[in-house]
Amino acid sequence: MDLILSIYEIPVINILLKIIVILVPLLLTVAYFTYIERKVIGYMQARIGPNRVGPRGWLQPIADAMKLMFKEIIFPTNANKVLFIVAPTIAISTALAAWAVVPFGAELVLADLNIALLYILAMTSIGVYGVILAGWSSNSKYAMMSTLRTAAQVVSYEIAMGFALVGVVMASRSLNIGEIVAGQGGTGIWGWYMWPLLPLFVIYFVSGVAETNRAPFDVAEGESEIVAGFHVEYSGILFAIFFLAEYANMILISIMAALLFMGGWLSPFESVEFLSLGSSFLAGSSIVWLLAKTAIFMFLFLWFRATFPRYRYDQIMRLGWKVFIPITIVWIYVVGIMYYAKVAPWFV
Amino acid sequence: MKQLTQFFNSLFLAELFKGLSVTGRYLFKKKITVQYPEEKTPQSFRFRGLHAQRRYANGEERCIACKLCEAICPALAISIESEEREDGTRRTKSYDIDLTKCIFCGFCEESCPVDSIVETRIFEYHGEERSDLLMTKEKLLAVGDKYEQQIAADRASDANYR
Repeated sequence: MDLILSIYEIPVINILLKIIVILVPLLLTVAYFTYIERKVIGYMQARIGPNRVGPRGWLQPIADAMKLMFKEIIFPTNANKVLFIVAPTIAISTALAAWAVVPFGAELVLADLNIALLYILAMTSIGVYGVILAGWSSNSKYAMMSTLRTAAQVVSYEIAMGFALVGVVMASRSLNIGEIVAGQGGTGIWGWYMWPLLPLFVIYFVSGVAETNRAPFDVAEGESEIVAGFHVEYSGILFAIFFLAEYANMILISIMAALLFMGGWLSPFESVEFLSLGSSFLAGSSIVWLLAKTAIFMFLFLWFRATFPRYRYDQIMRLGWKVFIPITIVWIYVVGIMYYAKVAPWFV
Repeated sequence: MKQLTQFFNSLFLAELFKGLSVTGRYLFKKKITVQYPEEKTPQSFRFRGLHAQRRYANGEERCIACKLCEAICPALAISIESEEREDGTRRTKSYDIDLTKCIFCGFCEESCPVDSIVETRIFEYHGEERSDLLMTKEKLLAVGDKYEQQIAADRASDANYR
């Protein structure tokens, strides 16, 4: 027992164990997120979705993963082989690296960075290089077109997203995610930043959908025009890696929305007194609240995909530049005014 | 004024929320999926599936090699060779339907003056090689012999509407 404890004390092993504790559930969530996606979209289309592999189709993601692992990896003629392999590596490594600073509780964080928010923005931005290199190294027209679209789209929406986060930083006066969550505590549901920053909250999430190239902003994949976009030439495990990265990013956007705008692990019943809720489990902060809030946003991703037709490319650009960015700039001023007016309970 | 309401409608995503409410409602609606091998959709007696050749009750094959079906077949899937049998009647020497060409339009059945070539309700069949999908006279007659009751019943139900 002492030996196990002393091994656990070695910093490298300690950190590696923590990484495993974060990544294994994350990857399992990604696998079952694809299953839930197919189920939810099926249900919204009056179908029942996958139900053949295992009871109620629960083993479907395992079967999909096995299939992808055993498929042949095809390199297109004249493709740049090095970049062809580097591209998915960049996509997955940045998507997973961003999780290093995501806190799951007041003390549950792998790397408690003071600039965690900037770090996450940087990681998601670098992730775009994966897409760009994939499209370029494939030596394919469709992949190239998709790359151009993605680059322009992600750059545009990153600005809106960045401005939305500026609002959060102004409200909490910190870039540390733990402190941002702590700043929302004390008054239950009304203390969350989603209320004073409502437009920024909506813009953050919609930009997040656009950043991850999900419907209705999935022109990068645009099945009807450019087949599958940047990963049209990818097969087997390399394709699976892009898939993993996309879904890991979706979950990251969801958990960030929960942390920054919906009070993270704080209970919505924090200050509710009736039925003696104030002292029970419901009122305490716990990871359950964080996961529940994250699940709401993950479901929204699927709901959007089942509902909205794909935006036309010029409409995406118009929405990003002419609607989102002006609204965020105006609201940043509003946040400033609220700060000076000391609007309770957020700016006291 | 109209422009103003339009502006606010688009700013507050009114139409998008309407769309979300529709899909949200469908999430809880009854699912219409038919789980095929276990469940099946109802079939019409006019269903046009695998072909068959019929016989009269006395065992005599109906086909008289008039070649009307061969002539009308839009996919040129039918090829017939005829001969004179010992008893002096005209019969087919060979009667082939290439199912890889057939479009299941049912014209052969319509054109047949003696109700010999018919399309049955059978649709769950397969061929492991191309030649399995070339229906010869023997195969067609075998199908007809096997499913004669069903075929006759279907023709009888359809007769009311002709």
